[in-house]
Amino acid sequence: MGTVAAHGLCKSFGKVQALDGVTLDVPDGSFFVVLGPSGAGKTTTLRAIAGLEKLDAGSVHLDGRDATGDTPAERDLAMVFQSYALYPRHTVYENIASPLRARRRSSSEIAAAVEQMSNLLHIERLLKRRPAQLSGGEMQRVALARALVRSPRAFLMDEPLTNLDLKLRVEMRTELTRIHRSLGATFVYVTNDQVEALSMADQVAVLKEGKVQQVGTPTEVYERPANQWVAGFVGSPQISLLACHAEGDRLVGAEGWTLPRPRWTTAEDGRPLLLGLRAEDLSVEQRGNASLSGELYGLEPLGDRTVVDVRVGTEILKVKARPTVTGTPGERLHVTVDLDRAHLFDAGTGLALSEAGR
Amino acid sequence: MAVSVDEAVSTGPVRDRTPAARRFGGRGRSVLEIALLTVLAVVMLFPVLWMIETSIKENRDVYAIPAKFFDFTVTLDHFKDVFVASGGGRSTLSVAFLNSVVVAGVSTVLATVLGVPAAWAYSRFSVKAKKDQLFFILSTRFMPPVVVVIPIFLMYRQVGLIDTKLGLILIYAAFNVPFTIWMMKGFVDEVPAEYEDAAMLDGYTRLQAFWKFTLPLLVPGIAATAVFALIFSWNEFVFAIFLTSSDTVRTAPPAIAGLIGGTTVDWGLVAAASVVFALPVLVFAYLVRKHLIAGVTLGAVRR
Ligand SMILES: Nc1ncnc2c1ncn2[C@@H]1O[C@H](COP(=O)(O)OP(=O)(O)OP(=O)(O)O)[C@@H](O)[C@H]1O
Ligand SMILES: [Mg+2]
Repeated sequence: MGTVAAHGLCKSFGKVQALDGVTLDVPDGSFFVVLGPSGAGKTTTLRAIAGLEKLDAGSVHLDGRDATGDTPAERDLAMVFQSYALYPRHTVYENIASPLRARRRSSSEIAAAVEQMSNLLHIERLLKRRPAQLSGGEMQRVALARALVRSPRAFLMDEPLTNLDLKLRVEMRTELTRIHRSLGATFVYVTNDQVEALSMADQVAVLKEGKVQQVGTPTEVYERPANQWVAGFVGSPQISLLACHAEGDRLVGAEGWTLPRPRWTTAEDGRPLLLGLRAEDLSVEQRGNASLSGELYGLEPLGDRTVVDVRVGTEILKVKARPTVTGTPGERLHVTVDLDRAHLFDAGTGLALSEAGR
Repeated sequence: MAVSVDEAVSTGPVRDRTPAARRFGGRGRSVLEIALLTVLAVVMLFPVLWMIETSIKENRDVYAIPAKFFDFTVTLDHFKDVFVASGGGRSTLSVAFLNSVVVAGVSTVLATVLGVPAAWAYSRFSVKAKKDQLFFILSTRFMPPVVVVIPIFLMYRQVGLIDTKLGLILIYAAFNVPFTIWMMKGFVDEVPAEYEDAAMLDGYTRLQAFWKFTLPLLVPGIAATAVFALIFSWNEFVFAIFLTSSDTVRTAPPAIAGLIGGTTVDWGLVAAASVVFALPVLVFAYLVRKHLIAGVTLGAVRR
């Protein structure tokens, strides 16, 4: 068992409202990712769940029991800190053994558990060293080992892969997903990397300025962003947003273009909207009935694909294209739009329009 | 304090290399500086040298006019007199030294035991009006001892602490606790709180986390702070002379001062007692000199 339920968490540091009513329901055994930009309150959320932060309001339930007043030790959670927080005077072995020592396990049991963990994370050679003698990637593995050596209710991980180079990060991503699957334990995993979130999570909670913007599966968050901000934060290259409004069966852009109105839109005529178009739902190579015209602004070759920046009036559209695409800046282009996959947001509130008819 | 003088002298050559020094044109400037530093060193060190010489001169040479710098007869009789009474047995001075060791040692331990956890609490927890509290704590050190010694004397007379070692221990501890809190808070601030957070998640209580993970990292800071407290208590004169009178309670500073003032002064004995008195401080300061510098730059500069 390992459900974590945080309800209405509020925490302010002086004038900064770090958490503003954060509610998360983490099901047993899930890989739950909290995604948000720097300063969104991700670390504070984890620390609140762990019992390290005194809350202004809100409650934390673990396995259905109210744990709001419990000490960190009583909560039976393990955490990987953003800074790793490895004990500097202890060897790697003692660092990993620490949670077991605190719980007075026998030394033979400790030795067996540490050995198993060091094999799993490939740190056998490091056991006698001290944290200062480790590279960032090695420290991160040791921090993971210290958390994983026990079987707590849930694991809390604060951006454990952020300090790694890209190659190691991708490796560790698969490794962590594998570990999660083999343990069947609950993971609450914090990251600011949307690729990490989308590739690892069962459930994603998107956090911004201490407020949860959306909770859902990676697909839901990507395909049906709850608001303009989530749409912009999740997905790379960034979604293009064009100001427009509905007029009869057409969408009319602020820059003068018109497109057929998607069948599912519920917006009344004249209400200011934002049309959100993902790069992969746009094309400069195919011809379709719905298209925008603009001029080539720039090319961004990324190896497996090229992102074409197309200027429509004063707005820039990012379009995914084959890597072979060429062109000269200023050249006129037609961008075909897959309107069935377009997103519409209220320009005032930023909220996504109801997609009931989709 | 002897330590700060040492530090001031030893930083001289370092300052020499700053750009400001170069403006005067290298050589002339450094010759001048060396000359000035030499003068300073002589002025500072001459009394020390004279004290040491006097402590090993025979009485005849001590009072010789003109004073003898080099060709005197060396004797250790004065040092013997410091520890052994003229009729055999322990001398009053040796009792005073023992008292000093007890008073300085116990008061330093007391100040450390009280001050370090307080510093930790001020560093880690959000306390109401923390800055005001810290300022208040420091403000108890604003006044020199001589200002408060009369009220303390009156209070001590009421509670029967006059002329007791306990009385001195308490007042020295009270003077050293604020200092310990301020200096140690700087050191505790330097130790990331996340070690304790991690330890608490490992399953330790907050106090265990402090004891097992933070305290070992504070040892150098504690050593530096304790040496400062020790030096204060060891050197303290005003409280000692006002609050104690009997030979069995007196600490070394008033006891040595008491040697001066009769019709004849045994300068050899005074010098020898002073050498014995100065030695422990020098040894301690030498042992923890690295931490002292760290302590000064860390504890004092931060915050
Ligand atoms: N101890 C503290 N004192 C004051 N402000 C704090 C403290 N901890 C966090 N904050 C503030 O609260 C907000 C949220 O911080 P938090 O560390 O939770 O962000 P984060 O999402 O983890 O960011 P990052 O991705 O950079 O780690 C920030 O504005 C931060 O400045
Ligand atoms: Mg963080």
